[in-house]
Amino acid sequence: MAEPSLLDDLYRDILLDHYRAPRNRGEIVAPTCSADGANPLCGDTVRVEVKVEGGRIAEISFSGSGCSISQASASMMTVFAKGRTVAGALTGVEAFQQMMVTAEAPGLDGFDDIEALVGVAKFPARVKCASLAWKTLQQALAEARGGSGADAPVTTDERTPARG
Amino acid sequence: MTLVSDGPLTGHIPFDLARIRRDFPILKREVAPGVPLVYLDNAATSQRPVQVIAAITRYYRDHNANIHRGVHTLSVESTDMYEEARNKIARFINAPDAREIVFTRNTTESINLVAHGWGRKFLKAGDEVVLTEIEHHSNIVPWQMLRDERGIVLRFIPMLPDGTLDLDEARRLIGPKTKLVSFTAMSNALGSIVPVPELVAMAKAEGATVLVDGAQSVPHLPVDVQALGIDFLAFSGHKMLGPNGIGILWGRLDLLDAMDPFLGGGDMILTVTLERSTWADVPAKFEAGTPDISGAIGFGVAVDYLNAVGMPAIRKHEIEITAYALRRLADVPGLSIFGRPNAEERGGVISFEMEGIHPHDVGQVLDTHGVAIRTGHHCAQPVMAALNVPATARASFYLYNTNEEVDALADALERTNAFFGTGR
Repeated sequence: MAEPSLLDDLYRDILLDHYRAPRNRGEIVAPTCSADGANPLCGDTVRVEVKVEGGRIAEISFSGSGCSISQASASMMTVFAKGRTVAGALTGVEAFQQMMVTAEAPGLDGFDDIEALVGVAKFPARVKCASLAWKTLQQALAEARGGSGADAPVTTDERTPARG
Repeated sequence: MTLVSDGPLTGHIPFDLARIRRDFPILKREVAPGVPLVYLDNAATSQRPVQVIAAITRYYRDHNANIHRGVHTLSVESTDMYEEARNKIARFINAPDAREIVFTRNTTESINLVAHGWGRKFLKAGDEVVLTEIEHHSNIVPWQMLRDERGIVLRFIPMLPDGTLDLDEARRLIGPKTKLVSFTAMSNALGSIVPVPELVAMAKAEGATVLVDGAQSVPHLPVDVQALGIDFLAFSGHKMLGPNGIGILWGRLDLLDAMDPFLGGGDMILTVTLERSTWADVPAKFEAGTPDISGAIGFGVAVDYLNAVGMPAIRKHEIEITAYALRRLADVPGLSIFGRPNAEERGGVISFEMEGIHPHDVGQVLDTHGVAIRTGHHCAQPVMAALNVPATARASFYLYNTNEEVDALADALERTNAFFGTGR
């Protein structure tokens, strides 16, 4: 029996590729800003480190642990953000969050691989996993812009953590 | 839907799985067309038999009124039904007096009630409360809150790598300063059965009070509070065929008498003037406001059901299905099981990990095959830290689960390996 196609929508090949061979995983030397994110529901954690030079993201890395969707999404996020302006990266964050709501690919430049995550929108319980790295990037860049910074860890779960 | 049973539940239900499963219509549903439900998340919550659902419906349909305050017929009937549920639950755990049964919302609230009503009154700075590393967060956080407020000291009996407690360390930790030893009788994350008598003996040798978190044990093992010699027992209805939102704190009458109330309001007072109030006797002192009357009645019927089947028969079935599952899952490539290898040493709970696949991804693929398990930290993050894993996948059984459902789990795990290209 073939796997139900819904599952193939969720776990696209490109996602599994990023999970198995993550890009920009690790730490960078002397980051200008960083943020930690956590998803209390499944225990995903992501740390994003960024070096901003002249308004551009010169270097970016992620670390942490979690399910394939959270880690693959983090990997894709770093590939997207690297070399972009801070404003351009934040546009990507916005587009990603919109994609999780509408389940439609935004057609944004540099989003080709990321559009493989569009299927996640059909699994409400997993949207948090996919969004974690993007929200963490947003938090790190807020720090770079002199905002409130990364004092408060990012969480994708605004409710009380699940129990059991 | 027509309910099969609408009468009182008396007598004996033979341990016939087909017969038992007919009482749980939800087990017949499909999660998607052609994909039948395989419900293996009983440590999170159980399913409810038609008898419990019918009792709740019947209460609202025929008897509904507020309790303890009306002279009219419906109020008297409702009060009788509510109090009869208390009697049934008292008998179920062999409490010597039904007044020792306090209705709460759940195990968490029961433990918080002890922390507030007993802990705040009787514990002072420097007093020690001994917990264990395998506790659910609900038996850790209330004591941390009390520590921050009162300066008590928390000690934790460590977990050994096989998921059991380090009893040698327990002997060292429980001492003259120990005022309370509070522990689960069965780990929700791993299913480890805790040696309650040994810990009670250590606590009592030092004159300490004992609170047992029975959320996982009371639904699955015969429990006798008098034989155990414990002081408090907390458990929930929803994990033992009863409704959500109803739980129990059992406490020795003298301890409950000495405790302060938790919430103030109606139904918990003797007299109220504008200056001061005096408290009602137990258990009313702890049941301020209109309680979940239908929930209590439904819980009573759930206990009837468990009695009709028999707790020893349920335990026997769970040992058999757990033993089968331990054998069956051992054949799944890349799968490792946490905890003791023998079914007799654990409840019907199997926590495991799959090499190269995060537990959340395991749970997602299993769901497409209709298999419902829990993935995550199971509100036992210290257990996850001790095992050095972020999360586990957990299958948990109850009286209605079958070996065929274990096969469905094992098959779905094989397919999970195939899907992710793991386990080779």
